[in-house]
Amino acid sequence: MSSRERILGRVRRALADVTPDERPYAEAVPRDYLREHGARTTEQTVELLAGNLADYRAIVHRSDAEELPYLVMRLLNQHGSQEVLVPPGLPPEWMSAADPVRIHDRAVSTAQRLDQVDSVVTGCAVAIAETGTIVLDGSPDQGRRRISLIPDHHICVVRVPDQVVSSVPQALERLDPARPLTWISGPSATSDIELDRVEGVHGPRTLEVVLLS
Amino acid sequence: MSGTFVGMPAFPKAAHDALGNATLRGNLRHATHTIRAKRARAVAELDDWAALREAGRRIKDHTLRHLDRYLVQLEESVTAAGGTVHWAADADEANRIVAELVKATGESEVVKVKSMATQEIGLNEALLEEGIHAYETDLAELIVQLGEDRPSHILVPAIHRNRREIRDIFRSQMGEWGRPAPEDLTDAPAELAEAARLHLREKFLRARVGISGANFMVAETGTLVVVESEGNGRMCLTLPETLISVVGIEKIVPTWRDLEVFLQTLPRSSTAERMNPYTSMWTGTTDGDGPRTFHLVLLDNGRTDTLADQVGRQALRCIRCSACLNVCPVYERAGGHAYGSVYPGPIGAILSPQLRGTASEIDASLPYASSLCGACYEVCPVAIDIPEVLVHLRERVVEGGPAVRQGNKVMLRPAKGHAAERAAMRAARWAFTRPAALRSGQRLASRTRRLHPRTLPGPGRAWSGTRDLPAVPAEPFRDWWQRTRGGKDGTK
Amino acid sequence: MRVALFLTCVNDTLYPDTGRAVVKLLTRLGVDVDFPMGQSCCGQAHYNTGYRHEAEPLARHFSDVFREYDAIVTPSGSCGAMVRELYPRMGERARAEGRGDSLARTLAPVVPKTYELTEFVVDVLGVTDVGAYYPHKVTYHPTCHGLRSLGLGDRPRRLLQAVKGLELVELPGAEECCGFGGTFALKNAEVSAAMGADKVRNAESTGAEVLCAADNSCLMHIGGTMSRLGTTVRPVHIAEILASTEEEPAA
Repeated sequence: MSSRERILGRVRRALADVTPDERPYAEAVPRDYLREHGARTTEQTVELLAGNLADYRAIVHRSDAEELPYLVMRLLNQHGSQEVLVPPGLPPEWMSAADPVRIHDRAVSTAQRLDQVDSVVTGCAVAIAETGTIVLDGSPDQGRRRISLIPDHHICVVRVPDQVVSSVPQALERLDPARPLTWISGPSATSDIELDRVEGVHGPRTLEVVLLS
Repeated sequence: MSGTFVGMPAFPKAAHDALGNATLRGNLRHATHTIRAKRARAVAELDDWAALREAGRRIKDHTLRHLDRYLVQLEESVTAAGGTVHWAADADEANRIVAELVKATGESEVVKVKSMATQEIGLNEALLEEGIHAYETDLAELIVQLGEDRPSHILVPAIHRNRREIRDIFRSQMGEWGRPAPEDLTDAPAELAEAARLHLREKFLRARVGISGANFMVAETGTLVVVESEGNGRMCLTLPETLISVVGIEKIVPTWRDLEVFLQTLPRSSTAERMNPYTSMWTGTTDGDGPRTFHLVLLDNGRTDTLADQVGRQALRCIRCSACLNVCPVYERAGGHAYGSVYPGPIGAILSPQLRGTASEIDASLPYASSLCGACYEVCPVAIDIPEVLVHLRERVVEGGPAVRQGNKVMLRPAKGHAAERAAMRAARWAFTRPAALRSGQRLASRTRRLHPRTLPGPGRAWSGTRDLPAVPAEPFRDWWQRTRGGKDGTK
Repeated sequence: MRVALFLTCVNDTLYPDTGRAVVKLLTRLGVDVDFPMGQSCCGQAHYNTGYRHEAEPLARHFSDVFREYDAIVTPSGSCGAMVRELYPRMGERARAEGRGDSLARTLAPVVPKTYELTEFVVDVLGVTDVGAYYPHKVTYHPTCHGLRSLGLGDRPRRLLQAVKGLELVELPGAEECCGFGGTFALKNAEVSAAMGADKVRNAESTGAEVLCAADNSCLMHIGGTMSRLGTTVRPVHIAEILASTEEEPAA
């Protein structure tokens, strides 16, 4: 007997006392919790996002389309970046004023090579106000998962209000599980020393979020 | 090596050592009290917490009650998405599968994301026997691995270490494993985190094989979810060419939507955050992004035995948040090592004796490692009634009875060492169902009360070693009542 | 209303003053309370130590003694929780073991009629000012089963706050277990003692003369620890405070 059959057999014997529930899943598990917490205007939801991002030590900026290239340029300069990673579908105008050398996200690049790059600029798939979270889904303006991981400085542009939702349930509705997803809430952190939060371990230690309207 | 729990003494003896260690008690007290208050604030932010908790309980219960169906569905989804599913009935089989998969890549080192399941099966030790070095990359796991120590907490395995101890471990051990710690390393948490970053980075960048567990597996989509903070998880899940995930069969949720419950309750319960810094979700493999090969090893190792117990199966709802550890007054004083398992604290006290059985001294003692205060149940985000299961397992220890071990029905004999207690319980039951006998006993106690010491010899020292006995009154209440009808006849 | 006092075996044997205080208090509030002489033990220690089957005859006996009363009042949070929370569970377990409904049916009548003392006074009698006088500085320890199993909430505090002369001070870490836990106090004596000592230190830090609780089992452990540590705080059951009046003050 294979272990698969053995385990499934054990499960079935273990559940001998259980009458299978043939109702549709939605009926079998009622959900009385909220779809979002509190009522807010779109503007207030964006405010909440900004507040919660900052609460977990992301640096929040606001910009419009015209100003964005200069903001990106300034942020890269302030960080002293020589090289910046760009995903293939990043709107070229975002980088149009930036000085650093653009490194394109190529499959053949080694992790060691990416480790020499100072910064990365990406878009995002959705941002969650209640938790201060941005989610990347590997779309062309976000690139492979590793490019937002290895460089120490991540600039993430969120289109507001279109990409902003209030809550976790609303975010999951928008996301495609077939894509590789990375949920980011502030820069890398740890609570492993005396259960107290310290920012900055393996992921980017500086996370700058630009709310683009 | 020191990283094993085999041959642990019973809980009270193991707790004795922790109680005598002032540094350890201080570390645990500081850490658990810090997180307790933060968790309470994080939970209070959501006014639908009770509804989320109830939904979490129901999702998990429903899944467990139809686990065969969801396991098969998960296997299909993962396979369709490009993954390979393996089934492991016990620890040895899981270790063998993983070792073979690693050897097939030709690699002799792997990087690991913190995973309770791989700790439970002793994967690192098993891989080492096959000549494969497994590097733990979670900061606390790194501290444990470098210190040749054992984990003492589910979320923060090195909770028993304070910052000065961590600095000393880093200074003396990092060089043995790779990049040494900076010579001028202080005990500032930010510096310690930086030292870990530098030490591990070279390992991440060259790693070809990653090993992880998972917090959730979604049956309908085949998606796996890892919830973490530091980014070591992202490194291990995305940089290597081969990813092997070892996951307990109880980690399934039926639908994508179910994550909306647990992604709200887990971070707030574990690290007391609105959301943890990083959550990775992947479904099989993705062309050009992340590992090209993905293996999922589904682990039983006592879970189906636990599932067979109608009262005890609720322990399988656990999402490993560790809120129960952080509020537990016994854990706070005894420390995690006393539980003799990778699962310490209240959840460990009900999980270990079910996964491993109650045959060993430590496992038979764990159900008693609780005052039944109920704080664990109160904070559990999936409403596991831990006190109920503890009492149920006490019953199994003292009475024996039917149970399932390795898939087979067995009849357990009552544990040894409870004969005197059993006799006392029977005698008390006899007296309590015969009030006349009870009354004779009370009167005898009252008549001889001046002879009663405030401390006791022999086994009675368990009480009177630290506590005086109450004085026996001149007469029991029932005699007063009978004499006076409750004072109604004017006599006092 | 026929009201029975279920004093509990521990109080009957070791703390008759608490029993007298409950009778005095309820009588003052106009309740004609009876003490059925057949009562003994609810079976909590048996049940919680793993001897559920030995607890069953005790539970049946409890039901035989108390089922005809309209209300059963007990000055013990943990024994109250045994009846209210665990008797139904004992019935369910017997059923799951294929022993039919007999136990569940026998126990069902007493479950909803059993009240912990402060619950009975506040919810059934609708009283928070019981006319008591107790000129002392008091801190209150909510015992675990009263707090979490019965959900006594702020009832004991409301009763204490209405007592004339009483100064109520907050106990740091109030909701942490004192470490008694029945046979836990013996089986894990060292952890239990460490918890007890922390509770006593917290009580001392308030400057209170009296640590009050609604369960003498916990107070036996806390009081035994206090006396061993030589502290100035004394353990007193809430019934004795509520029974105390200007005419007949308690010590």
